[in-house]
Amino acid sequence: MSRGSTNSVWVIAEGIGGRIPGVCLELIGKARTLGDTLGGEVGVLLLGYGIQEQVDELFHAGADVVYLGDSPVYEKYQPEIFTETIVPLSKEVQPQIILLGSTFMGREQAPLIAARLGTGLTAHCIDLIINEEGILEQKIPAYGGMMTIVCPEKRPQMATVTQGVFPMPDLDMSRSGKIIPVEPPEGLRTRVETLKVVRKKPEGVPLESAPVVIAGGAGAGCAEGWQEIEDLAKTLNAAVGSTRPAVDEGWTELETMIGQSGKMVHPEFYIAVGISGDMQHMVGISGAKAMVAVNNDPQAPVFEQVDYGIVADCREFIPILLRKLREKGDL
Amino acid sequence: MVSIVVCVKAVPDPEKADEIRIDPVTKALPRQDVPLVINPLDRNALEAALQFKEGGKVHITVVSMGPPPAGKVVKECLALGADEGILLSDPAFAGADAYATAFTLAKAIQKLDKTDCILCGRASSDGATEWVGPELATFLGIPVVTMVREFVATGDERWKVKADLADGYRLVEVEMPAVFTVTKDLNTPRTLRYSGIIKARKKGITTWGLDELDVSESSVGLKGSPTVMSDLTYVERKSTCQFIEGTLEEKADFLIQKMMEVGVL
Ligand SMILES: Cc1cc2nc3c(=O)[nH]c(=O)nc-3n(C[C@H](O)[C@H](O)[C@H](O)COP(=O)(O)OP(=O)(O)OC[C@H]3O[C@@H](n4cnc5c(N)ncnc54)[C@H](O)[C@@H]3O)c2cc1C
Ligand SMILES: Nc1ncnc2c1ncn2[C@@H]1O[C@H](COP(=O)(O)O)[C@@H](O)[C@H]1O
Repeated sequence: MSRGSTNSVWVIAEGIGGRIPGVCLELIGKARTLGDTLGGEVGVLLLGYGIQEQVDELFHAGADVVYLGDSPVYEKYQPEIFTETIVPLSKEVQPQIILLGSTFMGREQAPLIAARLGTGLTAHCIDLIINEEGILEQKIPAYGGMMTIVCPEKRPQMATVTQGVFPMPDLDMSRSGKIIPVEPPEGLRTRVETLKVVRKKPEGVPLESAPVVIAGGAGAGCAEGWQEIEDLAKTLNAAVGSTRPAVDEGWTELETMIGQSGKMVHPEFYIAVGISGDMQHMVGISGAKAMVAVNNDPQAPVFEQVDYGIVADCREFIPILLRKLREKGDL
Repeated sequence: MVSIVVCVKAVPDPEKADEIRIDPVTKALPRQDVPLVINPLDRNALEAALQFKEGGKVHITVVSMGPPPAGKVVKECLALGADEGILLSDPAFAGADAYATAFTLAKAIQKLDKTDCILCGRASSDGATEWVGPELATFLGIPVVTMVREFVATGDERWKVKADLADGYRLVEVEMPAVFTVTKDLNTPRTLRYSGIIKARKKGITTWGLDELDVSESSVGLKGSPTVMSDLTYVERKSTCQFIEGTLEEKADFLIQKMMEVGVL
């Protein structure tokens, strides 16, 4: 080992399109806490093109070292080039922990890196704690409870985390650190190539930052019932959220799913319609000033997790609510 | 002949899977007899293979690692049109995490004569890690594209696919053989037909265990898994919920009132 220490905590940041996603900064904040507990430094690996100016932000968020790969070959996400950059560096520095955001890139890169390093990887953690033995406890909801996953022997310990699980760290503008340049791998014959990236402008209110979220679940019953929930969201200028069964039914897209393997939301007002209140969904909502559930089963566990309970059939209740809101709007 | 492998996981029926939960009193996970079904997204993976078969000479092998009852799920894949079914089942395989699962699947696929394309679901409904496809590709030393929503060009040595991205997609070219993990948007899986069930009766499934795969016990199952569950705790919920009484009209009025108080209306 020529660089760093084996107690270092790494975050793999993304600089694709010249912008570092918020989740990377959130993870640096968390890595800072973990690094301080372990007595190790926080390393951030940033690959992209034309991203030099954003490095300071990583230091402000808590990084000690930034491994910077700033090159046209990193402009688009190219799985093999990224893996072949990260794996050798990780073997050399040997961090204790590597964290990645559950972004589209992170979700593909994390297993490619973990398998190459011969180590474990935990998906979509909702908390990370160093225990008394210095091992990373990775928390995920399961079976109506909370499961702890550990990677006792193999190193590094790797986990992915969704945006919004950890808070944005307070930026300390006086912090700075060391930049270590990273060179792209030489002579690599790539077999996968991203030819182009097509993005459409997202419609409606972005779920992650919407002040009001109307989330629908299996209780919507059918596509028509789902449409009523969408209408309600539109009338309230709210974002539509969903549970996994609603996605499985094809009523809505995966992008609207809230929870452990979906998105984390922080609305001021959250309404759950036809949702049972499973932990895997509920961990996705935090910081709401008020939470309401509409469910026809007074025993539904969701009622133990919200502020106000409305026992009603959503197919009857939502149209009435819609009518009242429209009447109000017309005034 | 193009050989396609579809990795299929037998999962507890997602409609009933929520019944498996820790007991608040005993804090233990009770045994539940939730029936095993084909992981929903693996139906899309199998459907993609079946559509390739409609377009040319294709041999479809379904590979599944699971307990003996998972054989039923492999049989169902045969009834849907797969040509061959392999169940990887051995007490030593139990308790595998994504890493050990991918390793075991890789060993089985390496035993096959030739594989041109491997299809997985994006995620399993019970594990939902999304790791098995990419880790499998790594063990096989071949490329992977995750979250494929469309096969744009197939047939050559390099395929083109569209893969999901936040608010869009990427167009990816990949050298075959490769692993693809597929999304729900790729296709609409077919349902079982009686004729398929009859035809599948003649097709048997093969079971491979530790010996057939020629792997050491320490590299599979719980022993071969870098990650382990160290704890499962019951989470107490504090109930402070105020139930709103009255007619539906009154309940709606209450909700509107609350939204105004919070300042979102
Ligand atoms: C590894 C893993 C990860 C997962 N990740 C996620 C995740 O990120 N997000 C997620 O949401 N889920 C996730 N799940 C699934 C999760 O466990 C639950 O299955 C899911 O959240 C339940 O969704 P639901 O509440 O809509 O459906 P159900 O649990 O079926 O509840 C439906 C509710 O609707 C009510 N209802 C029925 N009819 C009506 C009516 N007419 N009017 C009003 N109410 C009615 C019922 O009383 C019931 O309470 C995950 C599961 C696993 C195993
Ligand atoms: N035990 C298994 N047997 C066969 N295929 C599996 C198994 N586990 C996972 N897979 C495949 O890997 C995909 C992703 O699973 P996961 O990584 O658990 O989310 C699934 O959709 C399957 O195609």
